[in-house]
Amino acid sequence: MNERLWGILVDSFPKLLSYGIRVTVPLTILSFSLALVISVIVALIQYADVPVLRQICRFYIWVIRGTPLLVQLYLVFYGLPSVGIVLAAFPTAVLVFGFNEGAYMAETMRGAMESVSHGQVEAGYCVGLTFIQIMAHVVLPQAFRTAFPALSNSLISMLKGTSMAATITVMEMFRQATVINGRVYESLGLYGEVALIYLAFCTILTGLQHWGEKKLASYGGTRS
Amino acid sequence: MMLDIQNVKKHFEDHVVLDGISLGVEKGDVVAILGPSGSGKTTFLRCLNFLERADEGEMIFEGRRYDMNKAGKKEITELRRKTAFVFQNYNLFLNKTVLQNVTLGLTLGSKIPKQDAREIAVESLRRVGMADRLDSYPVQLSGGQQQRVAIARGLALRPDIIFFDEPTSALDPELIGEVLNVMRQLAEDGMTMLVVTHEMEFARNVSNKVLFMENGHVVESGSSREFFENPKSDRSREFVHSLANLHNG
Ligand SMILES: Nc1ncnc2c1ncn2[C@@H]1O[C@H](COP(=O)(O)OP(=O)(O)OP(=O)(O)O)[C@@H](O)[C@H]1O
Ligand SMILES: [Mg+2]
Repeated sequence: MNERLWGILVDSFPKLLSYGIRVTVPLTILSFSLALVISVIVALIQYADVPVLRQICRFYIWVIRGTPLLVQLYLVFYGLPSVGIVLAAFPTAVLVFGFNEGAYMAETMRGAMESVSHGQVEAGYCVGLTFIQIMAHVVLPQAFRTAFPALSNSLISMLKGTSMAATITVMEMFRQATVINGRVYESLGLYGEVALIYLAFCTILTGLQHWGEKKLASYGGTRS
Repeated sequence: MMLDIQNVKKHFEDHVVLDGISLGVEKGDVVAILGPSGSGKTTFLRCLNFLERADEGEMIFEGRRYDMNKAGKKEITELRRKTAFVFQNYNLFLNKTVLQNVTLGLTLGSKIPKQDAREIAVESLRRVGMADRLDSYPVQLSGGQQQRVAIARGLALRPDIIFFDEPTSALDPELIGEVLNVMRQLAEDGMTMLVVTHEMEFARNVSNKVLFMENGHVVESGSSREFFENPKSDRSREFVHSLANLHNG
């Protein structure tokens, strides 16, 4: 490898990593938390079959799953200002990523909730619990456990997906790579480098996922 | 009379499952609900606890009248607080330990302080012989053990009556005895019980009343000794006879 390229990679590495840790990771965590909250609420509404709200949830899932993420980002960031709704780039990214992944995760959660035997819900009523208590203490904990691998997948794909925030001016890790590249013209080296950092982040998440799955399996024995 | 059930009717789509079931229960009664598969036994029991909504019917339970079709949320909660239900498939909370399975309804439902709830739970679990497995999870228990925990979960509510829906039907034959023993003990302690069962020994020797159903109708109801020794209708006679043959064969 020539000296110049090596120098560029060594120079850019701390910058990229720093944007990764200061922007990409928080963006992922915030968006994923939002997605999680949305998915639980949307799944609960469908599970409980609440009229009207249920239709609204189905509509939300239909629209989100039927349109590209990139288009959603552009629509909110470049489109909404023309009707007077102006949001900064970072909050826009959190909202769009959160609502986008939330739609997919809602379907995961709903399926996981429905896999909890209905008999446990009836038993809950019989010992005097309310619907909300049964959800909070019996159904959701089991559903989370079932959904854990799929939710981990969502988290990992969201981490990589945050690179799309670059297209709406959020200065995150990938956009920083394009900025540096604009100065030094080393596409192969720089994008390779940023790819490796994403890979490292995802490897850590995968490790956490395995650890979490083991933890869940040991608590409460294995499920039949 | 502790529980007076009048004229319960229920249909699913165009299929009439309960066509006017009535039953009177005195305190301390153990009523065996018998009948061929599909006769509506489970549905009848579920209607009594509002797990299923009857089309019509009323019940007077400890002096309170409940419209089985129109009872509101508050009445249902009140009634459920005085009753317990034991399911064929146990339906334990799989994410909770044995102890938590029993305390959950006490702490959240009845708002009993944690420490008191624990004491009540341990006492109930002792009655079913499961006090040594407080920290086990349901999947670590045999079916018989799970069903005994489920009974303890009901007992902890201090119910005035317990409904059992075929509590031993999902069990391997060698595990049936331990559950029946617990139920026999409850009966001796004076607990009022409605038991849907195919266990004829239990119906004959432990229960004092029988409700024999077929196609959503009551064929015969009365003392169990009368039913087994001197069945009134041809259908009852046939039923008792077929069971006798089953046992001999
Ligand atoms: N939720 C339901 N929807 C439609 N039909 C139902 C439903 N529950 C029960 N049935 C029907 O009602 C009839 C009575 O069922 P039920 O379970 O009460 O009978 P059972 O006497 O308990 O029978 P078994 O001895 O097999 O448990 C059956 O024909 C059954 O198919
Ligand atoms: Mg049944």
